[in-house]
Amino acid sequence: MINKALFKKPNNRLEGEQEAARDAEPTVVCAECKDTLPRAAVAGTDFVCPRCGTPLAMGARERIRWLTDEGSFQETETGHRAVDRLGFPGYAEKLVKAQRDSGEPEGVLTGLAAVDGEPCALFVMEPYFIMGSMGAVVGEKITRLFELATQECLPVIGYTVSGGARIQEGMFSLMQMAKTSGAVLRHSEKGLLYAAVLTHPTTGGVVASFAMEADVILAEPKAQIGFTGPRVIEQTMRQKLPPGFQRSEFMLQKGFIDRIVPRNAQKKELSMLLKLHGRGGRA
Amino acid sequence: MTTAYERVQAARRKGRPTADYYMQRLFTDFLEMHGDRRYGDDPAIVAGVGRLTGRPVTVIALEKGVTTEEKISRNFGSAHPEGYRKALRQMKLAEKFRRPVVCIIDTAGAFCGVGAEERGQGQAIAENLMVMMGLTVPIITVFIGEGYSGGALALGVADRVWMLENAVYSVISPEGAASIVWKDAGKATEACEALHMTAQDLLACGMAERVFSEEDGDFDKVCSALGTALADELVALSALDAETLTVKRYARFRAMGGEET
Ligand SMILES: [Zn+2]
Repeated sequence: MINKALFKKPNNRLEGEQEAARDAEPTVVCAECKDTLPRAAVAGTDFVCPRCGTPLAMGARERIRWLTDEGSFQETETGHRAVDRLGFPGYAEKLVKAQRDSGEPEGVLTGLAAVDGEPCALFVMEPYFIMGSMGAVVGEKITRLFELATQECLPVIGYTVSGGARIQEGMFSLMQMAKTSGAVLRHSEKGLLYAAVLTHPTTGGVVASFAMEADVILAEPKAQIGFTGPRVIEQTMRQKLPPGFQRSEFMLQKGFIDRIVPRNAQKKELSMLLKLHGRGGRA
Repeated sequence: MTTAYERVQAARRKGRPTADYYMQRLFTDFLEMHGDRRYGDDPAIVAGVGRLTGRPVTVIALEKGVTTEEKISRNFGSAHPEGYRKALRQMKLAEKFRRPVVCIIDTAGAFCGVGAEERGQGQAIAENLMVMMGLTVPIITVFIGEGYSGGALALGVADRVWMLENAVYSVISPEGAASIVWKDAGKATEACEALHMTAQDLLACGMAERVFSEEDGDFDKVCSALGTALADELVALSALDAETLTVKRYARFRAMGGEET
């Protein structure tokens, strides 16, 4: 049974791409205290909830603007668009909605940038695109970024956010875990630094691949970090979850992340890490 | 024509041989090696060293168990982090002693539970993927039943992926996909088709290199075909130097879901 859909050429640009509709939204909701805030109240700041201090969801592009030196970000691999290779029911519509929600063509932005004067390769996953779900484009763009960084002897900084695999892409989604791991390994073998910053939530196939493969794993406060999400564990195992289960603070205590870094310290710590590890270039 | 749902049913059928059946027939002098040296021993994964047509090989298998008692003790073939770390330890020994690795997969996925999360299920799988990508000895992974999620991939970063006729391999179980995508676990039949998870589907898109006939249920015959194929393929792969082997392995996965530019 050979399925012709599997051979579909991955070039069909999806119809209906639109410019950021989300930026027009006047409010943002805190995932922790559920407070609804006027977007204007946090824009231009570190984007934390003024009531409880929790970092608020940040679109990939605004995070890059916030993190990198002004004018330093050169985006790479901008032409990739998801392909509905399996003809999965409802996927094409879901992609159109995700593009509208995020104002981005896919779930990750990649490029070269400087943080406090330190050059690096940077990827930032997009929470407003199906919660950073990992499809073939996400895997391909991250792989290409690591390959570029390996070639240019640059360290990699990666901000992760993901609900896990993009089920609608089936095995093409699962294979991105292996592919990105291969790219991370090749970069690592050149003696180059890879620092990951895990943001809320980072789960599923992303945790079980490049999020956990970094030399230095930082996390934002209170982020959900784990392989299987808490609701699935509760439902399937009927297990009561310990307090703070899978939050950054819990994962730090269990030994799976290096440091919890609040928003206002991230730029400084990342630039310190880049300086402490050199620019690479040893090879 | 056999539907994907029928294949899944066949892969789950009571009485279908589990990993142990193949190991008994494919390998001689097998010695099981227990434990990850960090936390414990995970009975969902059987690992050790044996011989395939006389030549030493490392064998790592996800074992569902046969009797009810054994199934429970083996956690129905769903591994904890310590299982993946046991596998990793054996792979590193395989590299040290320059012997190939054969993985046998039959699992409903990595175990999901509080303990598995506390001990780093994600980290354990991630480390396996990265180490397997660079392992300098040949790896062949054979899917004999079900294989879902990162829990299967954690033993699936191989030079060759082979599947039995009714084996399935998917990013998620059909029930899991149905409940996430359609909020209705009852739509598993539709999910089986939509996920393109059969051996035939994976052969068509280059994610599996070979599909073995199940010989109308004569699994001794299947073992004999599998044994000959493994012996031949391991000779061929062992002729490659370490650099070529790992470059080809990366290229195998590198091409999946990429864009032609
Ligand atoms: Zn708040």
